[in-house]
Amino acid sequence: MLRVSEGKTEGAMIGFLKSLLEKGVVEAMLIPKALPSQDGFAQTLIRDPEKLNGVCILSPTLPVQSARVASFLSIKNLNRKVAVVLKACEIRAIVELSKFLQVKLDHLCLVGVDCPGTFEVPDYSKMAQEGKGGEHLSREIFRRMENGEVIPPQGYSFRNACQICEYPITKADIHIQLFGYKTDQTIGLEIGEKLEKELEEKGILLDPGGESARRGDVLQKLIAERTKRRDSVFQEFKGMVKDLGSFLDRFSSCIRCHNCMVACPICYCKECVFRTAIFEHDGDQFLRWADRKGGIRMPTDTLIFHLIRMSHMVTSCVGCGLCDSACPSRLPVATLFRSVGDRIQRMFNYVPGRDASETPPVASFREDELKIESGAL
Amino acid sequence: MSDFEPRIIAFLCHWCTYTGADLAGTTRQQYPPNIRIIHLMCSGAVDSIYILKALIDGADGVLIGGCHPGDCHYQTGNFKARRRVAILKNILDQMGFKEDRIWMRWISASEGKLFADTVTKMVEELKKMGPNPMKQLWNA
Repeated sequence: MLRVSEGKTEGAMIGFLKSLLEKGVVEAMLIPKALPSQDGFAQTLIRDPEKLNGVCILSPTLPVQSARVASFLSIKNLNRKVAVVLKACEIRAIVELSKFLQVKLDHLCLVGVDCPGTFEVPDYSKMAQEGKGGEHLSREIFRRMENGEVIPPQGYSFRNACQICEYPITKADIHIQLFGYKTDQTIGLEIGEKLEKELEEKGILLDPGGESARRGDVLQKLIAERTKRRDSVFQEFKGMVKDLGSFLDRFSSCIRCHNCMVACPICYCKECVFRTAIFEHDGDQFLRWADRKGGIRMPTDTLIFHLIRMSHMVTSCVGCGLCDSACPSRLPVATLFRSVGDRIQRMFNYVPGRDASETPPVASFREDELKIESGAL
Repeated sequence: MSDFEPRIIAFLCHWCTYTGADLAGTTRQQYPPNIRIIHLMCSGAVDSIYILKALIDGADGVLIGGCHPGDCHYQTGNFKARRRVAILKNILDQMGFKEDRIWMRWISASEGKLFADTVTKMVEELKKMGPNPMKQLWNA
């Protein structure tokens, strides 16, 4: 565990991360830092330990999925160790991408942080202008993480995906624990045995001390609450989308910008089928369809785009909700993917991001499953 | 609905079901002419987009034919196709499209009779179901 002096929670965490850089445990660190304007955050890749001053480990926004960044960073010729400081959904996405050979974990040191939830980027920017962001906000969040009841500033709410996220924590090489700790005094640290030894050899001394006694209960309560909210959101969504017709109605304002696909950490294909000429039919073909059906809605590919994107990646959907945040029409894309994905992931007893050694359902099979006699599948 | 003739798009693998269909022909098995066959090297080459596009564009049923388990010419293509089809069917089911219009069957090169029977049965079932409601969606 880490001892916090003078109530400076962030300072204690930064101090620890600094020592990783200084002692050469890692040679660089990917970590969120506030923009000069102070109304938002961006991921930064830091080499100079001094530059870690002012980073925001628990950045309250998620402008891009850092799994994407980790993919660029690690996939070609990364020969030095880099620590990436991330939230649970980002780590889970990295784990999924590593299964599809889009992230190389060899030289990455995953540093996970307990996540209370994030705000939409424009919301946070407004919050900052009103003086409700910045240090004031982080202090308040740190304080409330002790009992797990983190409340957003009045008039604001966490992103929808965060409100129904049942994974506030996940496995990582180093896990910084905040839930259940008096964060103005101590912070938990969970480090793998091998890495712990390395830290010791390099002279990074950690305070001995077990996990906070309250942590288990706090997490259990938080996860139960979010799961309950998740189930009610699923229920509401299922009530809204009864058949393909009502789905099309709900998604009729989809402008096919493909932003959800661009923002999605799992959609990694360099050339997506929806970006090819496959749907650029001859004019005559459109007329033939219109002829057969009496009329068609143009453009024509909304239904097939969402259903096929879903069939390609929903088994690995980690529920980060960046598709929601990216949608200019404010469509409930994340709710759709999470709600449909939930049942499909259960079908294969698969939890995306659980373990890098698992194989994703679309890349594997069991001979004795999904029986086809000459009967139905 | 007695004059309704369903249209089936079939994706058949080269090594088993397509050859089985060939055998059905050469041995003069009778089966209804409602089927349009698309020849693929392996059922593992079937992507869910082929199936869904066929259904939305107006097919009443889609048949995917592959080798029996263990017989796949490419070792495991048929097993992977089976998962893909299962995922698509589950998605459609959750979106309220519960009709059984996507059939996946293992039919080997020597089972011409089974191929003819499968098509006959499928046409019967689809006739009972009537035209595919998906093609009524205003979305080509």
